[in-house]
Amino acid sequence: MADPRTAEEVLLTGWGRTAPTPARLVAVHGPEDAAAVLAARTPRGVVARGLARSYNDAAQNAGGHVLDMTAADRVLDVDLAAGEVEVEAGISLDRLMNLFVPMGLFVPVTPGTRYVTVGGAVAADIHGKNHHVAGTFSEHVAWLDLLTADGEVRRVGPDRDPELFWATAGGMGLTGVILRARIRMKPVESSRIVVDTDRTPDLDSLMSLMAGTDHLYDYSVAWIDCVARGARMGRSVLTRGRFARRDELAPEQQADPLRYSGRVRLSAPGVFPPGLLNPATVAAFNEVWYRKSPRRKRDQLQTIGAFFHPLDGVGSWNRVYGPRGFVQYQFVVPDGREEAMRRALERISRSGHASFLAVLKRFGEGNPGMLSFPLPGWTLALDIPVVSGLAALLDELDELVVGAGGRVYLAKDPRVRPEVLEQMYPRLGAFRDVRRRVDPEGVFTSDLARRLSL
Amino acid sequence: MIDALGSVGSLLLVGGTSDIAVATAHRYLRERPLRVVVAARDTPRRSAVAEELRAAGGRVEVVDFDADDPGSPARAVAEAAAGGDIDVAVVAFGQLGDAEQLRTDAAAAAHLAQVNYVAAVAVGTELAGRMRTQGHGEIVALSSVAGERVRKANYVYGSTKAGMDAFYSGLGDSLAGSGVSVLVVRPGFVRSKMTEGMPDAPLATTPEAVAEAIVAGVRGGRHTIWVPGAMRWVMSGLRHTPRAIFRRLPF
Repeated sequence: MADPRTAEEVLLTGWGRTAPTPARLVAVHGPEDAAAVLAARTPRGVVARGLARSYNDAAQNAGGHVLDMTAADRVLDVDLAAGEVEVEAGISLDRLMNLFVPMGLFVPVTPGTRYVTVGGAVAADIHGKNHHVAGTFSEHVAWLDLLTADGEVRRVGPDRDPELFWATAGGMGLTGVILRARIRMKPVESSRIVVDTDRTPDLDSLMSLMAGTDHLYDYSVAWIDCVARGARMGRSVLTRGRFARRDELAPEQQADPLRYSGRVRLSAPGVFPPGLLNPATVAAFNEVWYRKSPRRKRDQLQTIGAFFHPLDGVGSWNRVYGPRGFVQYQFVVPDGREEAMRRALERISRSGHASFLAVLKRFGEGNPGMLSFPLPGWTLALDIPVVSGLAALLDELDELVVGAGGRVYLAKDPRVRPEVLEQMYPRLGAFRDVRRRVDPEGVFTSDLARRLSL
Repeated sequence: MIDALGSVGSLLLVGGTSDIAVATAHRYLRERPLRVVVAARDTPRRSAVAEELRAAGGRVEVVDFDADDPGSPARAVAEAAAGGDIDVAVVAFGQLGDAEQLRTDAAAAAHLAQVNYVAAVAVGTELAGRMRTQGHGEIVALSSVAGERVRKANYVYGSTKAGMDAFYSGLGDSLAGSGVSVLVVRPGFVRSKMTEGMPDAPLATTPEAVAEAIVAGVRGGRHTIWVPGAMRWVMSGLRHTPRAIFRRLPF
């Protein structure tokens, strides 16, 4: 390992490519390396970084150390009968799928990209299309090994030091370095998903369809056209599915039902002109996308990549938003506050800030994670390129969200006001108590932590 | 931290009772609450400014700063940083001096150079060191168009601003890639307590307009701005005016 004291400073950003800051980035190959960096730390502290798919500054630490965890990606143990795998935290979901889908095990939860690490999945307590039935990623972790500020490695889980476990799940890397985890995988008979598609003309019909029948599916997500206004506001395409049984596959597929290949097909060019995505081009794109989707389709077989990770087919798609970067605004409002979702969507489409499709998803129960994002209700996520006037618009949306008892997602938000965040996360005080217990000097810190006084 | 959309969490005003510094704090506070450190001499005016900014929603701290005291820049910056990272520091202190007196009074001229240049260099060096360590930050240096082409009417003041402007421009270049940046602000004639009683010059502006330009400049990642913007082209013309003509101009 390179000497952490002399490691070169590099400018780091998150996936949104905003607010770069320099840090000493050190590749970590195992627990000893992580401990060595901890020992060589400066007053600016340390934070772990995985594949940097957090949209914001969660994996940045201005002036301090950042641990590049992606080299520590070994599989340590596999129990096929129990469906459990023990891995180093730097392993990606992509690698887990490549290794284990052919053995009939799928990751318990996957976000819209498979290029996230297990450590990052726990730290952000990620969710996927199956949240309404399966909860978050951390709910499928039997235990994890956490390197804490005192240099100790602690094994924590829902049944051992649950307080530290639930501070770490969703804790954005601020309780320590996640080194290893044991994960309960999802048994599958095939690598295909049986998909039903429904096109809905507006938000109300979409929400009632989801509320009424989402429980019949393992996976569900809706893509909304944010540009359409008036009666067509919220027109959308809802896709829902479940893994196919072997006998549901075409005869030629049944011979090799777990065949899986995840590959990036093309990459976005390095330089996109600013303003490529403007209200006119986005409206045109959304129109084509809505029209080409089937009004209603049943039992269509799709691959894992096509169903779960359509954007992974285009490497570095985040460059499309041009040199100023973009913000992904994702919020949740509780069940019963659907009117807040409608008002937020109205406000967004009225603002004219171009956004590709927004994603609407229904959440199931929350978990004890102190900074875990999901709560029972509705979540909307949308990309907005950085333009002037955006700060005020998002502050306004925050007020709406807080007023409805909702919150924004810490893995994505790069601009919420600290005092508004406190209202969104009522268990932030408990989280701070745990941090004071295991890291009284605040060794683990990040740009996100400083910006929001976590 | 300055967030992805350019919103600021903490602001240090060195020469915190200057009209432009106060206007800049108000301009930021209009967007959201933030921490404001007012560094200035311990005067009733400082207390009044602190109260005023508190009333506007700021979490205000005061620290002592005196441009006449060589030890003051280091102490003031350290005290300001003790309460957390400094996102934006506005270097706003300076004096105009009495041009007539400065023509003949060497001590007064040296004192003006101490305040406007020497102390500004010390403050900039301290701020840059602190911000390099924290890995981020923006230094806003209040220069003046008077330093861009020094006029006979106020050449002592103009020369101090020329030096200060050159220092901060060079400092900004030296910080490229460090996460820290410098914005040099060149206002024209600003109607403020510093220029009270003086007749307006052409393209005169206000502290509020300068504050607006500072906030936009920081957000836009600019390195040099003129206020008003048209001053840039006026000064560009004056910079290239032959001396024989320039010294005969009626100002």
